[in-house]
Amino acid sequence: MEALKEELKNKIITTLNLEDIAIEDIADNDPLFGDGLGLDSIDALELIVILDKDYGIKLVDPKEGKTIFQSIESMAAYISANRTK
Amino acid sequence: MQLKKTYINGIGCISTQKTFDTVFLEEAVHNHDENVLKIVPPIYKDFISPAAARRMAKGVKNGIVASAIAMKDANIENVDAIITGTGLGCIEDSEKFLKNILDNNEEFLTPTSFIQSTHNTVGAQIALLQQCKGYNFTYVNGAVSFESALIDAKMQIEEDEAQSVLVGGVDENGDYTTALFKLSGRIKPDNQQPYNLLDSDTSGAVYGEGASFFVLENERKKTTYAEILDVTILNTLEENEVEAETLSFLKANNLEISDIDALVLGFDGNVDFENYYRNLGENSFANTPQLYYKHLSGEYDTASAFALWMAAKVLKTQEIPEIIKVNSVEKLAYKTILLYNQLNGKNHSFTLISK
Repeated sequence: MEALKEELKNKIITTLNLEDIAIEDIADNDPLFGDGLGLDSIDALELIVILDKDYGIKLVDPKEGKTIFQSIESMAAYISANRTK
Repeated sequence: MQLKKTYINGIGCISTQKTFDTVFLEEAVHNHDENVLKIVPPIYKDFISPAAARRMAKGVKNGIVASAIAMKDANIENVDAIITGTGLGCIEDSEKFLKNILDNNEEFLTPTSFIQSTHNTVGAQIALLQQCKGYNFTYVNGAVSFESALIDAKMQIEEDEAQSVLVGGVDENGDYTTALFKLSGRIKPDNQQPYNLLDSDTSGAVYGEGASFFVLENERKKTTYAEILDVTILNTLEENEVEAETLSFLKANNLEISDIDALVLGFDGNVDFENYYRNLGENSFANTPQLYYKHLSGEYDTASAFALWMAAKVLKTQEIPEIIKVNSVEKLAYKTILLYNQLNGKNHSFTLISK
């Protein structure tokens, strides 16, 4: 689980081009949107593609995203439980 | 109705030279070793928040910085219109998006590079940052993209549609496009150093990238560099027609050859098309100071915007740096400058500015 969290932080920094942010700046429970990392709706689409492309998870209900993408912790938990690759 | 005059009241340039935080070209370097010149980047964070910059390719960032420098130089905070010229637009993101389509077999496509890949991204992002809701237009007309924007800007001011216009030319190198240009011979082949532009005997050009922006206003101010007297575009012109066309352009502006204090030529090292410039330089304008610039800026569709930046600086400083001189003719004062440019024998432009 810890390795997955680190992997996710890395992917988010690289994919979303967060130049000024290092892995250690993102706490597992920091909100990804709003006051935390400050991600926006375009970033949400990038995260959906990461789930699909890298972990084989297709989000059928977009409303689920709000819970899944709350933090690195919630993302890692969802991926661990649902990944197909 | 009397047409309003158009003055360049502020300029900003990001190029393959250090053209920011400098007086003129005192730090310019003629790079003989590269056939593709890369931008000297400013500190983007001083102009764009990291959150906004993270989705921007270098062309967008350079356009924003160059326009911000021009606005500061002109000492104004708002303009009535933003007009941009670009040959290839945001080619870096276009390449990224197309590569994603191929690499992922048309799946897993995300919007980021797509929404940044359109040609009008630069003008749009400048407008967003400045909260400018006025006229916003981008011209994509090959090597006369910038001049098209300039003509529009001049007309907006002349007709009093706008009192102030931010106008600029911007292009960026994309790795794949650069590779294709090398294959097609548009860029000089690798490993043929030294790359000299004035005594070249090979085809192709030394390429570059950059963003140059200008604040144009309808009144002369303390910050004024020059008045834009006239701009004209000709898509086709034969080598032996250039001289007559130039003289006719001058005549239309009630000027003669002797009135031109400097002639800026777009030599890009391509031996196939350099006679367009030589015909002018060695005949009618043999006794006129001649300047060139693409050894510093590289060739690209909107390199002529760099030339206008350079000419405006000459009028303001009344100095011609050695590094841009084609000949050794000098004048006591520089009042009127003529710029002539073309790319691969097409898209010719004449721009006339005066102090």
